[in-house]
Amino acid sequence: MRTAFLNELIAQARSRPEIFLVVGDLGFSVVEPFVREFPDRFLNAGVAEQNMTGVAAGLASEGYHVFTYSIANFPTLRCLEQIRNDVAYHRLPVTVVSVGAGFAYGNLGYSHHAVQDIGILRALPEMAVFSPADPGETRECVGWLAENPGSSYLRLGKAGEPDLHGTRGLTRGPLLVFQGQSDCALVATGSILREALEAARRLECDGISVSVFSCPWLQPITGDFLRPLARFRLLMVLEEHLAAGGLASLLREHLSKGPEIISLAPSPDVLNQVGTQEYLRRKAGIDAGAVAEAVRRITRCSNS
Amino acid sequence: MSSTTIDLAAAIRAHTVQMVHRVNASHVGGGLSMADLLAVLYGGALRVRPDDPGWPGRDRFILSKGHACAALYATLALRGFFPVEELNEFGQNGSRLMTHVSHKVPGVEFSTGSLGHGLPFGCGKALAAKRRGASTRVFVMLSDGELDEGSNWEAILFAPHHRLDNLVAIVDYNKIQSMGSVEEVLELAPLAAKFQAFRWAVREVDGHDHKAVLEALGGIPWMTGSPSCLIAHTVKGKGVDFMENNLLWHYKSPDAAQCAEALGQLNSRV
Repeated sequence: MRTAFLNELIAQARSRPEIFLVVGDLGFSVVEPFVREFPDRFLNAGVAEQNMTGVAAGLASEGYHVFTYSIANFPTLRCLEQIRNDVAYHRLPVTVVSVGAGFAYGNLGYSHHAVQDIGILRALPEMAVFSPADPGETRECVGWLAENPGSSYLRLGKAGEPDLHGTRGLTRGPLLVFQGQSDCALVATGSILREALEAARRLECDGISVSVFSCPWLQPITGDFLRPLARFRLLMVLEEHLAAGGLASLLREHLSKGPEIISLAPSPDVLNQVGTQEYLRRKAGIDAGAVAEAVRRITRCSNS
Repeated sequence: MSSTTIDLAAAIRAHTVQMVHRVNASHVGGGLSMADLLAVLYGGALRVRPDDPGWPGRDRFILSKGHACAALYATLALRGFFPVEELNEFGQNGSRLMTHVSHKVPGVEFSTGSLGHGLPFGCGKALAAKRRGASTRVFVMLSDGELDEGSNWEAILFAPHHRLDNLVAIVDYNKIQSMGSVEEVLELAPLAAKFQAFRWAVREVDGHDHKAVLEALGGIPWMTGSPSCLIAHTVKGKGVDFMENNLLWHYKSPDAAQCAEALGQLNSRV
């Protein structure tokens, strides 16, 4: 996803002279092609995220659309007040980009687990929030952001994820990526969509048919944007993020009437663990096997 | 010019005292300490057009010590950015003149209130000018207390590395912060040596000496390739004897009698 991000940013920067990339001394062997092509629109701000974000706001106030880039919680939580006051309150075109959503840097430990960012960034009403699931969605998000410069957050996975679906065109709200037959759906945001799709495939073999939605567009959002979900009886929400403020929380805020919403978000207990992303997803009960099992259990209960 | 800026400073002080008195606001001391600096800046040192606040060729002035904004609003109104009568609305319900500086006010570049935000933002503006080859200069007014914030030191490290010689940090060094003297709370001395060690060009002046301040600001940059730091030694509450060097006036708002006494001392022409 980070490669898709950078390639799309380069493509956009060719026709948009206002695009400026600022990194917090991270992005080695990723950002070099941008630096080579646009040396005057690149800055390594050093390991200093508060200053990086303030500088980005200053650049943006002079007409640039700045993308700040770092990993995990560094470009978000470390400089949250700069995002809130300098960027969002002034409605400046700064896009905060974080690589390593969820447990992508799982074995690097708690400092690198980005599992509270959606809730926290979503609490800033001026921020657009995007959480793409795969390289294709990432390109769509970057294209939209370049065309609509504003205060925004782009939450990315890491490198090497496959494309998960062929649905193109970024829509406000959920994107149907797997059509099931029942009145139950799995709704996911970010690269965990892969587990949701795999769970849906396994369930099909068991004769349980659920639809799957991807939600790269998280904010701004209204109940109208969520209309595709309103016809379902049951939504099971999968995210690589704690429950507080996450996707299930968002859906509950905007779908007060309608589907029953069940969160499959990981318990905070998993934060004491270290391991690969796959390992931590299993531990957190958000891997395909656990999701399929949860769906079997829930649909059995709700049908009886 | 000097007599003009002295009149301007007196008027800024008189308005500041009345504004904070009217709404029982805090931070009169830090407004009075920087009144002379503002008078010199807006009395001629800054390239600004009051009738065209967004003029692209303007110098950018950022008040990082946003709590002392009564003095800046007074300065801007007196220089014609908006009507002086509007100062009566300072801190009132629904007013755009909120009691921490607001970018919604004509002539204000950036809202602050949380400390340590102005200098990084100023670095971004100065960098933008450098990248585009523009002659914009950026002035950031800092308090001494806010230099406790680590974000400032990130910016102080950043600016010389990127050769931002179009950036000027002015420290209103009145030696008193929120709960005590700077020396007691978190000592900054030797402040000039700290900035020098970070590769800034540094000058120290009496922040109430208009001629000295104007002379210092006249020759920016002092060193090609280096940002400039003007350490302005000031007196908190300057101009009102019972407020001078008194911690109480970081918070306290003058009552009617104190306001009248202060105005008498300031011998204002307002």
